[in-house]
Amino acid sequence: MSKVIVYCEHTGGEVRRASLEAIGAAKGAGADVVAVLAGEGAAAAAATAVGASKAVCLTGPAEFSSDAVAAAAADVCKAEGAKGFLAAATYRGKDIAPRVAAHLDVTPFADCIEVTADGDSFHVKRPWLAGKALATLGTSGDVMVATTRLNVFNAPEGGAPGETAEHAISAEAKAKVTGIEAKGDSKLDVKEAPVVVSGGRGLQEAEHFGMLEDLAGAFGNAAVGASRAVVDLGWRPHGEQVGQTGKTVSPQLYIAVAISGAIQHLAGMRTSGTIVAINKDADAPIFKVADYGIVGDAFEIVPKLTEAIKAAKG
Amino acid sequence: MNIVACVKRVPTTEAVAKPTADGKGLDSAGLQYMISFYDEIAVEEAVKTKEALGAGEVTVLTLGTKGGTKEIRECLAKGGDKAVVLVDEEWQDRDARATAKALTAQIQSMGADVVFMGRVATDRDNAAVGPMVATYLGWPCVTDVISLEISGQSGTAKVETEDGVETVTFSCPAVITCQKGLNEPRYAGLKGIMAAKKKPYEEIDATVEANQAVSVEVALPAARKEGRIVGEGVDAIPALIEALQNEAQVL
Repeated sequence: MSKVIVYCEHTGGEVRRASLEAIGAAKGAGADVVAVLAGEGAAAAAATAVGASKAVCLTGPAEFSSDAVAAAAADVCKAEGAKGFLAAATYRGKDIAPRVAAHLDVTPFADCIEVTADGDSFHVKRPWLAGKALATLGTSGDVMVATTRLNVFNAPEGGAPGETAEHAISAEAKAKVTGIEAKGDSKLDVKEAPVVVSGGRGLQEAEHFGMLEDLAGAFGNAAVGASRAVVDLGWRPHGEQVGQTGKTVSPQLYIAVAISGAIQHLAGMRTSGTIVAINKDADAPIFKVADYGIVGDAFEIVPKLTEAIKAAKG
Repeated sequence: MNIVACVKRVPTTEAVAKPTADGKGLDSAGLQYMISFYDEIAVEEAVKTKEALGAGEVTVLTLGTKGGTKEIRECLAKGGDKAVVLVDEEWQDRDARATAKALTAQIQSMGADVVFMGRVATDRDNAAVGPMVATYLGWPCVTDVISLEISGQSGTAKVETEDGVETVTFSCPAVITCQKGLNEPRYAGLKGIMAAKKKPYEEIDATVEANQAVSVEVALPAARKEGRIVGEGVDAIPALIEALQNEAQVL
């Protein structure tokens, strides 16, 4: 059985769901998983790396450094004789995986939506042109280094890793995280949220996004997203932009409100589980990818929909 | 300060994907190209850094084709001082490692103080070349930077993660990859366009390692199953809730 290292991020003493999904991706390809954790609280979080047979905590300087962590993670990869290295396609995962790949002198693959075994190596499926095409790729490198798209793979079930170990970070930190300004609230990122409620220019002004925030609030597990036009107008922050020059998302439910559905936007959300579109233009391209459409005025529909979702959620 | 901005020519974001006949690549026939969206931000940041320091030189570096002069000259029109094209006719299909190694060798020979790149090229979407080049060079790298200050030989950058905004400190030389919001790329004025025609434009035959990435299949995403309009206006809401609960089972 091939061994795969999964870099596990953790928050609040627990491994992040996105990282558990990466463990799930490796297990789904038949691999034996060794979880690697870094940073403050890694030792406590290691017990929540469900699906891994072993957890290795990287110990070292208090200030987090992606370059030092990546060097140590690559060392663990070599020491374990791993054939794969996976991380979630989060900010940190995408920051670290290419560095691990360079240390191992292999080419990495980002944002994968499938991982399959190919002998003792792996194949991955990943988007090109933000998902306008899907490429299935293998590697002649010694290790398959890849990040896994959020909300695509299932987190495994089971207990804590049977074995835990420590590995000291020996590389000197080059770039260091010296401050973190946490989000003021517990807002979910559009990449992580199971439900995304996105708005487009049809909402006419920034203040009207309040009703989308209310709709997201009714779900409880939803994030607000935005089209590029809306971000370029300064109505919403870039972190919420869905599409080719924003984030690619795959929530269980994507609700597009007053978004016409430019090809660049569709590329960023077409792998969502269920897509709902609300638009007053019955010919809007968004209806071509939507599972359910309502033709009409968003200003009338959204508040009533919020009430209906609240009622349905009981 | 010796400043480098790495750029890539990519199909315009309006481009429609069409797999090649062998099903292992994308057909590039008839495609229009642009400088990758985030690489324009990298060029702007390079020029702004030079302007803020009041001295230095901005080299626009790319792995590409001899046929891409129009887009590369645009980077010179926006303030780049000279262009270096590592000529590799297979540039579009080079994997991240091969691209990073070719750029690394060139950056080493030029002796850069800071290298700017886009956070991701909007064709293969790997977001890997920046941190890989930095790792090969043994330099610090900050990815997806939304705010940057470089003073003397060190810098401070801000990046947005899922949890908030992090402050990262580093020393030069360094690789910075640029996220939307870092700056607003300028337009090329007539004066810039005229000046760009006279700026140094060097083409070097690149030594590029073979790909490790092996294409098994490139296909269009499966069409989504046909959807339906559940109705018009607020009257359609009960039907939508019913569908979400019982058909899609997402409520």
